[in-house]
Amino acid sequence: MSVEKTAAPQDAVPLLQLRGICKSFGAVRALDHVDFEVYAGEVVGLVGDNGAGKSTLIKTISGVGPADEGEVFVEGQPVTLNSPQTATQLGIETVYQDLALCDNLDVVSNLFLGRESTRFGFLSDIEMERRSLQVLRTLDVKLPSIRSVVSTLSGGQRQSIAVAKTILRNAKVVLLDEPTAALGVAQTRQVLNLIKRLKAQGLGVVVISHNLADVFEVVDRIIVLRLGRRVGTFDVKNASQERVIAAITGAEFGEILHTNGNETGGK
Amino acid sequence: MSQVIPSDDKPRVGSVERPEYRQKQTFAQLLRNDLGFLPVLLTLLIIAIYFTITTEGLFLQPRNISDLLQQIVNIGIDGLGVTFVLLLGEIDLSVAAVGTFGAVVTSVLAVRMHVDPYAAIGLGLLAGALAGFINGFIVAVLRVPSFIVTLAASIFYSGFLLNLLAGQSTLKVNDVDPLVALAGTPYSFLPDWLAFGLPTLLLVIYAAMEIYGWVQRRRLELRTKPLWVLVTQIAAAVIIVEGIVFVMESTPSPVKGLYLGIPNGVAIFFGLIYVFWAISTRTRFGRHIYAVGGNAEAARRAGINVTTLRIAAFTLCSTLAVLGGLLATSRSLGVASQINPTLQLNAIAAAVIGGVSLFGGRGSFWAVALGALVIGSLENGLSLRSQGTDIKQMVEGAVLVIAVIVDALVRRMQARQGR
Repeated sequence: MSVEKTAAPQDAVPLLQLRGICKSFGAVRALDHVDFEVYAGEVVGLVGDNGAGKSTLIKTISGVGPADEGEVFVEGQPVTLNSPQTATQLGIETVYQDLALCDNLDVVSNLFLGRESTRFGFLSDIEMERRSLQVLRTLDVKLPSIRSVVSTLSGGQRQSIAVAKTILRNAKVVLLDEPTAALGVAQTRQVLNLIKRLKAQGLGVVVISHNLADVFEVVDRIIVLRLGRRVGTFDVKNASQERVIAAITGAEFGEILHTNGNETGGK
Repeated sequence: MSQVIPSDDKPRVGSVERPEYRQKQTFAQLLRNDLGFLPVLLTLLIIAIYFTITTEGLFLQPRNISDLLQQIVNIGIDGLGVTFVLLLGEIDLSVAAVGTFGAVVTSVLAVRMHVDPYAAIGLGLLAGALAGFINGFIVAVLRVPSFIVTLAASIFYSGFLLNLLAGQSTLKVNDVDPLVALAGTPYSFLPDWLAFGLPTLLLVIYAAMEIYGWVQRRRLELRTKPLWVLVTQIAAAVIIVEGIVFVMESTPSPVKGLYLGIPNGVAIFFGLIYVFWAISTRTRFGRHIYAVGGNAEAARRAGINVTTLRIAAFTLCSTLAVLGGLLATSRSLGVASQINPTLQLNAIAAAVIGGVSLFGGRGSFWAVALGALVIGSLENGLSLRSQGTDIKQMVEGAVLVIAVIVDALVRRMQARQGR
């Protein structure tokens, strides 16, 4: 059910589309002809139980673990994703759970890490600080100071910095791996607001999360993986948590389970 | 998607920076941020006061200060090299051996083989660079812990230099003119115009950069420090530096009719600190070194070439070690087969006492000067009081342990405060 009705216009070309992705580790088939798509200005929740293939799919998209089979399109153009660098060049950025921040550096240094702007060989800190402020403001991030060392910031602020970093890299699609897993209530709220901001900027956002309450609050569509297959696609407007859970666990729940797998998933 | 970032209008600082979010800083937190150098400075002050009283003023006499500064040059320069490696979260236990080895290479070439002294110095430095490159390659590419690699290197080069000296216990270099002129004569001081000119030039550059940055920030409506802080900062730097230069310049030398001034070695040491400080805080290379020390995996994912950085740091470290070794050789007019037994740990201690973390990613190059001064003052002061090696080593060991404990405590405090 429900796959036809999504928030994104159906005639639009997906920002990122994967078709028939297969990936095996030895005898284990981690991904079995999985389709996946995210449109501009859309937040997709990718859910599934442990071992469902979420991480494998994310690794495929971020270029860390290229797929064995399948096609990838960015804005309708066929591309090959075989390294994190190509993913970055294509505008696909992943924020991992560990955030990959240098705790000993300040916010600006972290935001520009690896792509510092220089003048005559020297860092132009003022220019970087100015651009950092712009990005952080568009994302509505609040910090004690932009020169604070990252280790002194809260979990939500750190998550925001990690996301802001992807914006500075001109990301089109941002993948967030468990963005709220380690956060308290107030900080979770911050991060959810941040995701809404990203959406408002016209980015495609993919959120991997175990927390269905959070997922239901921010996403437009939910894609469910189970045992390496895409077993369901839900529009949050007319789906209930129970149904999604049923799809995740594979429990019988009304009629939904046999309706759409991969055949109807890709659009 | 660059339209995401509005580039035209000025950022309003207030919309992002919320000072009220800043937790009230305890004194302990201040100590490891803006005032991180304060404990070392206090320690140095206490040591100076203690020895000045117990030696009836001998310690603080300009002649002794001049000696003291020359005594710390080797430790200090080695410490600067070690700092590069420590910032990456690695360690180099081979600086004393490699430094002496490089000095032996130069001396053997110049004295026994009559190679042009300048070429001999260059080849000595090159030998050091190569030794460091090999260390770095093994650590960064073959992924062997630096602790064991450099320990093995230390043993290797100790043997190698014995081999080069071929049984001779001390190789005198009195007749190698350019080498001795470096630090080994009563004339090994900067000419007056340089002694005043160089520090003044560096001060002017520093002040100009600070003022330019301040004006720029103000223009772009970024957060700026109050004007009085800026003025105090620059004034303090000018007074301290020019004051020391003036005192040193007006000190009579034991050689009649000469004034001591700034010893060449000391000038090289402080010049290097200035350069490395600028590199570490103002260039991508420096920023990346701190990043790797903070989180190597994050740095790698950000596209930083961690392997190259590690090799560069070890190469730089060993080259500096040879420079330190050459200055020591020049000062003592010869190189001995016996490596100075405390040099290795003192070099690391200078960095750690100055606040460079053994765990990587934290510390400043200026701190090495403070750390080296602490160690040098202890050694110098205890000598003035005619204490033997026994007491000296006990005191130095105790001070090092305290410094390492402080480092570990600071790190724990940071971990607790994080998130």
